[in-house]
Amino acid sequence: MSIFIDESTRLVVQGITGRDGSFHAKQMMAYGTKVVAGVTPGKGGQRFEDAVPVFNTVAEAVLETKANTSVIYVPAAVAASAIFEAADSGIELIICITEGLPVLDMTRALPYVHERGARLIGPNCPGLISPGKSKVGIIPGSICKPGKIGVVSRSGTLTYEIIHQLSTHGYGQSSCVGIGGDPLIGTNFIHCLAAFADDPETTAIVMIGEIGGTDEQQAAEYVKDKIKKPVVGFIAGQTAPPGRRMGHAGAIISGSSGTAAEKIAAFQKAGISVMKRPADVVPLLKERL
Amino acid sequence: MNLHEYQARDILRRHGIPVPPGDVATTPAEARALAEKLGGKVVVKAQVHAGGRGKAGGVKLAKTAAEAEANAKAILGMKIKGLTVQKILIAPAAEIASESYVGIIVDRASQRAVVMVSPAGGIDIEEVAATTPEKIHRLAVDPRYGLLAHQALGLGFKLYGDVKQARAAADIMQKLYGAFYAVGASLAEINPLVTTPDGSVQALDAKISIDDNELERRPDIAALRDTSAEAPEEVAARDAGLTFIKLEGNVGCCVNGAGLAMATMDLVKYYGGAPANFLDIGGSSNPQKVVSALRIITSDPNVKAILFNVFAGITRADDVANGIVQATTEFALKVPMVIRLIGTNEAIAVDILKKAGFSALTDMDDAVKQAVAKATGKAA
Repeated sequence: MSIFIDESTRLVVQGITGRDGSFHAKQMMAYGTKVVAGVTPGKGGQRFEDAVPVFNTVAEAVLETKANTSVIYVPAAVAASAIFEAADSGIELIICITEGLPVLDMTRALPYVHERGARLIGPNCPGLISPGKSKVGIIPGSICKPGKIGVVSRSGTLTYEIIHQLSTHGYGQSSCVGIGGDPLIGTNFIHCLAAFADDPETTAIVMIGEIGGTDEQQAAEYVKDKIKKPVVGFIAGQTAPPGRRMGHAGAIISGSSGTAAEKIAAFQKAGISVMKRPADVVPLLKERL
Repeated sequence: MNLHEYQARDILRRHGIPVPPGDVATTPAEARALAEKLGGKVVVKAQVHAGGRGKAGGVKLAKTAAEAEANAKAILGMKIKGLTVQKILIAPAAEIASESYVGIIVDRASQRAVVMVSPAGGIDIEEVAATTPEKIHRLAVDPRYGLLAHQALGLGFKLYGDVKQARAAADIMQKLYGAFYAVGASLAEINPLVTTPDGSVQALDAKISIDDNELERRPDIAALRDTSAEAPEEVAARDAGLTFIKLEGNVGCCVNGAGLAMATMDLVKYYGGAPANFLDIGGSSNPQKVVSALRIITSDPNVKAILFNVFAGITRADDVANGIVQATTEFALKVPMVIRLIGTNEAIAVDILKKAGFSALTDMDDAVKQAVAKATGKAA
């Protein structure tokens, strides 16, 4: 099993002819993801890599190919518009890879997606992968292995680091989800923890957070109350100075709130095993499994 | 991006919010001319991106134009929290009957813009939140309808018992909400919102921060950036499309991705070193970005070793390798470099580095340990 995506995922790539969109569409196809359509306005009627039909709109793509999931690689200025379009076209799961979306665009896009019963992952995220089944986004398939560990993270490349540690030590993954580093995101830790809890094949969960906001603290409360499976956690940004945005728009310590120390304490209180460094993930999982 | 008070006041004024007169000056003579124009008592205020300007001596009252000129002379060029004052605001010294607070932020939990008001104005709102949280009233605004009249009036009554003043405050809140979305703000504060002895409600001081992600589509707002108020290497990094934050240590870090960059800094500390910076070369990086990154890192005299930590995904490892090689042909690095590089196009990258005489590690801990050892001059 896995969460959010599997063999039944039928993917439409929004921005399939762009630099990043085309590169990663090819990578996803090579991995075995069912890429059934692409969308680039003005390029409808073309075929991507002689295989995938390109449409002018998401609505046409859904009508013609029964796509149920979309991934967005369009530039930041039009990314919110791409989210609206996907939600309006009956897409159930929307993954927005694009970074740099204005936060105020998200205040409008999130309720729109929610009211249409869709789920948004991201923005500013690496997407997700259910190893051996499907990958949507940019997580390198080569570092993942099918298995039983669920991974959820606010980061991109730090997630790869953790997955790499797991795979090289024989711990495969059920699904790995990058939820994104922005302050307003569609799917948070709690959504992913709940999905992993319900997934019978996931035996343990690895949660990777960072400074800024209180999502990790709320997730820790949720773990304490609801999650019976072992959880191992990491918080990035122990050396980050307050008041500075550490790359991710959401990674900022405001006043005394959102610090790594505060989050680590919340994790420990909830019975989450806390890694001091990424390489601790395997030893801690061993202790807990 | 933070705006200066005078820039924030301009934005409020353009959105119809009552703001007392006043203008910005860069020389004592200009300050004197402005004070003469305004007449009467004026206040001279330093325009820097730092709180506590008053305590630092950056805000002074002047009874005459000559005194305003003297105050301007004292304040211009002074340092407040390491920032040199280059601009001052000259405004009439208002007679104040009461001070309150009105602010808007984007709230992560409700995923909406939240209007906050407090009758305890004129002091830092975080202090109010810590000591008397019951004095802060909040309302999450539905973006589809904006701040509705009755909602704003409800908040207005939290500030003033007088209906006229409550209505005036409500009108200001609705206009501030309009301005918030219009300029792409992440924070907009009026602190204090004052009442004058004749009963009028005015925005005396304003603070606006703009979401950096809004700047590309708002060139008029982007033009308000005052680069003289920022660290030069951070300006250079931004121009090169990098995120860079200078720190105090000696291990120069060059990483792709913000989370991994933070984890790398943390690991440097874990192994007994100290990071010299946070630097994220971002996704879709091209070789030129890596060249710029190395130029910025090596310009810091504290840096004793350079650590590359790249886990390629959307960033291609060969782009990074080409950038490293290109940089070394353009300028001397002077300090040792440790490269850790894996992921997308890793084999091509290793080949490029090998041909140029560099080797690449695959393990993050090994790379950090080596970099810390090289920076401290101890064996790994």
